[in-house]
Amino acid sequence: MGYRDELVVDDRRNGIFRINRALMTSPDVYDRERDALFDHCWLYVGHESEIPRPGDFVRRGVGGRPLIFLRDAGGTVRMHFNTCTHRGATLCREDAGNTRIFQCFYHAWSFDTTGKLVITPGAEAYSPRFDRGQYHLGAPARTDSYRGLWFVNYDAGAVDLREYLAGAIEYLDLVLDQAADGMRIVRGAHLYSVKSNWKLMVENSMDGYHAPTVHATYVDFVKDSGGGQRKAALASGRGIDLGHGHAVIESPAAWARPIAYWEPFFGEDARDEIERTLARLIDAHGEERGRRMADTFRNLLIFPNLIINDVAAITVRRIEPTAPDRHSLQAWALAPAEEAEGSAALQRRLDSFLTFLGPGGFASPDDVEALESCQQGFAAAREVPWSDISRGMASAAGSQDELQIRTFWRSYASLMDGAGFPERVTGIESPEAAADRAGSAPARAGAAR
Amino acid sequence: MTAPPAVTDRHALRLDVEEFLYQEAALLDAWRLDDWLALFTADARYEVPSTDLPAGEPATALMLISDTRAMIAARVKRLNSRKAHREFPWSRTRRIIGNVQVTSSEGDEIGVAANFAVYRARRDVSVYMGQYRYRLVRDRESFKIRFRRAELDVETLDAHGTLSIIL
Repeated sequence: MGYRDELVVDDRRNGIFRINRALMTSPDVYDRERDALFDHCWLYVGHESEIPRPGDFVRRGVGGRPLIFLRDAGGTVRMHFNTCTHRGATLCREDAGNTRIFQCFYHAWSFDTTGKLVITPGAEAYSPRFDRGQYHLGAPARTDSYRGLWFVNYDAGAVDLREYLAGAIEYLDLVLDQAADGMRIVRGAHLYSVKSNWKLMVENSMDGYHAPTVHATYVDFVKDSGGGQRKAALASGRGIDLGHGHAVIESPAAWARPIAYWEPFFGEDARDEIERTLARLIDAHGEERGRRMADTFRNLLIFPNLIINDVAAITVRRIEPTAPDRHSLQAWALAPAEEAEGSAALQRRLDSFLTFLGPGGFASPDDVEALESCQQGFAAAREVPWSDISRGMASAAGSQDELQIRTFWRSYASLMDGAGFPERVTGIESPEAAADRAGSAPARAGAAR
Repeated sequence: MTAPPAVTDRHALRLDVEEFLYQEAALLDAWRLDDWLALFTADARYEVPSTDLPAGEPATALMLISDTRAMIAARVKRLNSRKAHREFPWSRTRRIIGNVQVTSSEGDEIGVAANFAVYRARRDVSVYMGQYRYRLVRDRESFKIRFRRAELDVETLDAHGTLSIIL
């Protein structure tokens, strides 16, 4: 089965882009994604600030594998597969903690934090040729970090993380450089699941087109609290293909940003401190870049399943597929380390985060509803087989267009075909159709098939 | 803290508190949110900690909900709208409250703990269970809510997807 053309129709001549809904429902597609995407791409695991001290660990399920993400006794960040090398039992059964040793509860085989097998009770009963060295904890083929963000890759032959991140590095830096003293993950995570295919969450997380409709109540709330002074912000900005499937929407802040865009939601008291933060950013990074960090929204996808939304606050959202029609989410708040616990700055950030984001926010629940309603609609996929993602193919892609979503799908289809990442799109995708518009010809019917 | 009231007074107080909590739950189950909002003091707060950190505090941790009185009002306005899509049409909820305990009494303020199970039905049924912590203040024959916190026992919202209702 060819994914390109057959299931993902990228008709540049006519400016039409469609995806077949079988991609959201088929168990075969789901299985193929494990092999073609999750076994070869760099996958986000966690942030180094989650495990600050030697012996600190957290459990994570990443790309379907159970992992322990930890800092060993010597201070080195590591990942082990969370399965005893003896008979397979889950070794670490706490979600987070600090330890010197992982002792399996099944037969008490024990491993130090570097993964070395150190205790096998009744060792004298094993053959003299039994080699303990063969039974250290399994480790993923590759692990690497970018400025505190740790990733795993199950393919020993994968390109280096920095090369993989491609054009996304510029945007990661725009987020991470907001901190004077490094970023940290705030304690407490939003852990929830959605009854939809995981790719709908990828689309939704960088979809500017839905904001005025799905989030009408949020926009009202912003207005009620005296914010949203830039009326045209949601409709301006642009979507960008960052290479290797990574993509971003960058747009002027439509409402308050804790880092350095004051609106009345934060209160008059906060105004001076936010102005000082803006001055610090401009001082450290220059007028243009400093203002860009303070004043713009970024909805960033690190292909295939990491979302960093730098909007009303910064959320790091990891999407883990769990079935063709289900995915789970782990989302955290990323904050500058200098915003100390108990500070007014951290309080503003968390308050702002919660207005929009998370299962109890004023916006995210309606996204979940949209995704689940799409998945239900896919029950009619035989009769209504296509979803459309054509917006903005015949123009320079704005933030309410869908270039950034097509960017995901183009890489997705190409990897699913075993063909590697496609060329990065840098200009208008459908110049022919754009020419039609310029000549004010009627819109083409654009039969994609 | 003042001396604990006599046994019969304590029972009477607990009955008053129970009745108040049951009435509050009935307002929420009936989606009479404006009436529910009127139960709060002007300085009230409503909190739900993240499921992985039930002891989390809003000044130091990411919560699920951390509402001032103004945010509670905004939440009610949103839920009364036809455009809060997760709750349009409204889900059906049923709240079971038990093990009500008066945990403190200081000045005009009474501390209360109670267990809850909130069932939500829309397409599927999911159950939010946990413990309430209230600080109530006397208001004529009844109470006002100054502080209301719902600590969930569920480890994740995997079964629920969202926390779109009021717990």
